[in-house]
Formats: sequence, C-alpha cells, structure tokens
Amino acid sequence: MLQGHFDIQLIAIVTAVACALPGVFLVLRRMTLMSDAISHAILPGIVLAFFLTESLSSPLLILAAAGTGVLTVLFVELLQRTKLVKEDAAIGLTFPALFSIGVILISRFAGNVHLDMDAVLLGELAYAPLNRLKAFGYDLGPVSLYVMGTILVINVVFILLFYKELKLATFDASLAAALGFAPTLIHYGLMALVSVTTVGAFDAVGSILVVALIAGPPATAYLMTDKLSRMLILSAIIGSVNAVSGYWLASIFDVSIAGAIATTMLLIFGLVFLTVPNRGLIAIARRRTRQKWEFAQTMLVIHLFNHEGLPEAEAESAVAHLHEHLSWNPDFTTQVVKYALNNRYVSRKETQLTLTEHGRAIAQQALVQ
Amino acid sequence: MQPSEPKAIEVTDLTVAYQDKPVLWDIDLDVPPGVLLSIVGPNGAGKTTLIKAILGLVRPAAGNVLIYDKPYDAQRRIVGYVPQRGSVDWDFPTNVLDVVMMGRYGALGWVRRPGKKEHELAMQALEKVGMEAYTTRQISQLSGGQQQRVFLARALVQDATVYLMDEPFQGVDATTERAIVTLLQEFRANGKTVVVVHHDLQTVTDYFDWVMLLNIRRIASGPVDETFTPDNLRETYGGRIAFMK
Repeated sequence: MLQGHFDIQLIAIVTAVACALPGVFLVLRRMTLMSDAISHAILPGIVLAFFLTESLSSPLLILAAAGTGVLTVLFVELLQRTKLVKEDAAIGLTFPALFSIGVILISRFAGNVHLDMDAVLLGELAYAPLNRLKAFGYDLGPVSLYVMGTILVINVVFILLFYKELKLATFDASLAAALGFAPTLIHYGLMALVSVTTVGAFDAVGSILVVALIAGPPATAYLMTDKLSRMLILSAIIGSVNAVSGYWLASIFDVSIAGAIATTMLLIFGLVFLTVPNRGLIAIARRRTRQKWEFAQTMLVIHLFNHEGLPEAEAESAVAHLHEHLSWNPDFTTQVVKYALNNRYVSRKETQLTLTEHGRAIAQQALVQ
Repeated sequence: MQPSEPKAIEVTDLTVAYQDKPVLWDIDLDVPPGVLLSIVGPNGAGKTTLIKAILGLVRPAAGNVLIYDKPYDAQRRIVGYVPQRGSVDWDFPTNVLDVVMMGRYGALGWVRRPGKKEHELAMQALEKVGMEAYTTRQISQLSGGQQQRVFLARALVQDATVYLMDEPFQGVDATTERAIVTLLQEFRANGKTVVVVHHDLQTVTDYFDWVMLLNIRRIASGPVDETFTPDNLRETYGGRIAFMK
C-alpha cells in the first residue's frame, strides 16, 4: 500500500494548498464564516448535479456547486441589505436552509446510490486513491488528484493574475471602485473560487472540515508576517505540513484522516499563536511583565526625585518604609528596589535610597513626557 | 449655453437618497479649475456622500456630475481620491511603500504589476510628505497623522488634476496638518483643483479660497470672503454657532 500512502498525502497536500490560497483573502476580508456557509450550502447543487451525472467527480458537479456557492453569498448579502437582518444572522439563516434541502434530497432519492451523508460531511480521503483515471490501459493516478490539481492551478493563476486587484479591493474597496477595478466583480470572482475549491475539497475532507483548511493556515500565517505575498506562501506551506502531519497522525492512531488533519491544524495554530515572536501570547505576556517592572522602577525614581533635597527626604526614601509611602505590597517593593539597584538607578546607603545620576535622568525624562 | 470658462467639477440637481430618506437634496455645485474648496456642514450634512457621488461610489437618485465636461467614468485617470483614514483596515499585512504604490494601480490598469517606475514615484511622494524614513514600516505601526500622510502620498502618485479628500485633517498632529497645508498650496500653484471635506471652521479662511456650505441642501458656495458669512453659517448650522465675529 505504499502507493496508497503516497497518493493520499499528495491529494491532501494539493487540497490544503488549494484551500489556503483563497482562504488568505477570506481571512483578510473577515469572511471566513462565509466559507463555512458556502461549504454547507453547495450540497443541494452537488446532489442535483449528481442525479444528472451519477458521478461524484464530474466537472458539472463542480460548476453546479460553484453556482450554489455564489447564490449563497448573494442570498446572504440580499438579506443583509434589507437592514432587517445582520450579517451573522443572515449567514445563519441561509446556509442551513440550503444544506437541509440537500440533506432531504439525499435521504429521499439517493438512498441506494453512492452518495451518503458521512461522505458529504466527513469526506473519504482514504478511498480517494481507489477511483483512478485510466486511459489506453495505463493507470494515470487518482481522479481526485486531477480534480484538486486543476482547482489548485485555477486558484494560483487567478491570484497571480489579479494579485494587485485582490489586494486593493481587500484593503480599500472604495479606492478600488474609484479607480475602476470593480470590487464587486472581484468579490464574486473570489466567492466562485471559494465555492469551486470547497466542492473539490469536500471529496477529501468533507464539507465541515474544509473550513479548517480554508481558515486555519491563513489565520496562522497572518500571525507570522506583515506581507501579503509572504502570507500566501506561508499559508501554502502550513497547509502542506498540516496535511502530511495529519495524515500520519491518522495512520498511527488509526483514526479519521479528515479529523486528524483538522486537529493538527488547530495544534499548529495554537503553537504559532503561543510562540511567534513579538505578537504571540508568550511574547505579549513577557513584554507585559517587563513593562510592569520597568514602570514600577520609574515610579520609584520619580518618588525619590520629587522628595530629593527636601526635609522629608529621609523619611520618604527609607527602604523599610517605602512600601507604606507608595502603598505597595512589601515583597513587590523589595523586588522593585532590587531591580533598581541592579540597573543603577538608585544606590543604597544603610537604610536610605538615593538617586544616581542615571536614575535622576530617568525620572526627569519620564516627567517631561 | 455659451462656451464659458471650463469647470473642473460640475454637479447639477444631484439628489442622493437611502430608500426615501434624502441625504442630499438637489445639489448644484460648480468648481472652477485651480481652486481649493472646502465642504463644511454639520454631522450628517452629506459631505462624504457628496464626494462619493462625484466619484460614482454611490448612485444618485437624480442629477448629474461632470468632471471637465465628461462623466467620471471617462475621467478616472485625472481624479485623485483620499478616503477617510478610518475606512480601511490598518492591520492589513502590507507596508507604507506598498500602500503608496496603490495610487498607481489606476494608471497601470488590470493585471499589470507595479515596477521600478512606480517604486520611484512612490518614494518621491513619500519624501514630499516627510515619510521617506518609514517606507518599510508595517502600516499598523503608524500614528494617525502618519497614516494620513501615507494616504496623501498615495493620492500624489495618482498625479491627478482634480483631488477629492475626505476629512484629511481629522485627528492629525501639527506636523501632518502643516504637511497637508503645504501640499494643498502646491496643488493650487500647479493649477490643480482640490475639494476637501473639512470640519474645522476656524481654519477655513486660512487654508481654502472657496467654500461650500452644505446641510443636505446647498446653503451657499463660492469664494470664501463672499460666502463664509455669519448669515450663511447660521443657516447651515442652525443657531448653534457662536464663534464668528
């Protein structure tokens, strides 16, 4: 089954990258929930096209799903435009309606054909390599690899061609409109792309977990870079790593591949969220702590500075009573004094603290600001 | 009509409404070339909507807009736009230089990417607004005034003949305010027409030579010394204005 291992991983990587690229623009447009809606709402489109073609990998299926996807976005926006329903509620109303039509169609008419709910919801990546493309007696590889590969190429070409337009319409839609770049057209183009990608990917990971592939890698990459082009490349890399590690997790523990891929996505996001330099949670916590101690030392030097050379100076700068004057916890005060001594902001003569030149300068500077 | 002097912007009978609620009622406005015009009026007067209607960003219920005698669609290339600073997401993953180069996208057209020439133009524009030290700075790390100067540089590289600016002075520091005023004067010296939505009545006479007083309808428009009168201001703002001599 070595070939099977390889094929499944290749399909997973191609799917993950194909999802991550348009996902970048969804994340930046704060529209990831729309991908959730699309991924569910395309079901009736898929089912109807399946009835027509009796095949799960027909191009008609993809076109029908893309149509339903764009229709979903249109419905949501129409509802929203009435101003009677907000965007989140509009999404919440639209996609279950369309999804349920698909569910009813399947349960009523597709009882004895190869289209079951589990496949729709969770995908069947493990079986993907079994359906192979054959020509002239040669085995050309799994059909879904060709489907996803084509979708990936479409996504890459679209983003390469319209990179500048996508960037402008996402960052500043009104300037895009003023310059004649038709942001609405770009918006629906992107939505069609997301729909096509989703229907291709649902074969691999199902309609629920596809959102993890669309939202996860871009949201992770967003934390790692300040550049759109780099965010796209990083998203693709993260998506691939995620697909392969998810696949192996599933093999080792003998669990659902789609489930494992979505779980690793979360783990990777969590890891980056915690550890990324400058804006990760750990870096933020460290910075906050450092700022807290620095600020406390500044308060200390300002306190000493304000009473310097005055009659009460002796009382105000006695180490033992500092915490009373500043209303600080005694342990905290001891720690601040220790840091201030280490930094040579202050020097200690028996029980008294006095400012050093450096400490005086710090106090003056802080007071000027 | 006689072939009179050309008009940089000609708005006739413009009404904009959201459903049946009018935001602008039958606006007429002629802006001669080379003037600095400020649009002033209370909150909700329709100042931003007027600018957006001139740019074709909102569809009028009635009326017409011409830029140098042609509809906006035909004149995109000669019109520069500075939207309100708060209208974009400053956490977007991009840097200062990149945002400024967006001003060249219109001239580039679909698909073509910015290159060396756009890079140079953007650098020149950033120097003009005193932001050349910030080219690679991520835009979320700019102060409000710096963001505004980036937007101005982006409009500069458009190399337009007519500029429309929405509240460029809103919440900026003194350095930025001076930079904007210098730029406005330079525009006027080069014969460009600039329309600015403005909120600070105190500076209208210093910064602009024309003014339009707007409150859903046009109260008055014309040269500042004729138009910016206590009577007109009272009509625009109701009784709520006290500072005028």
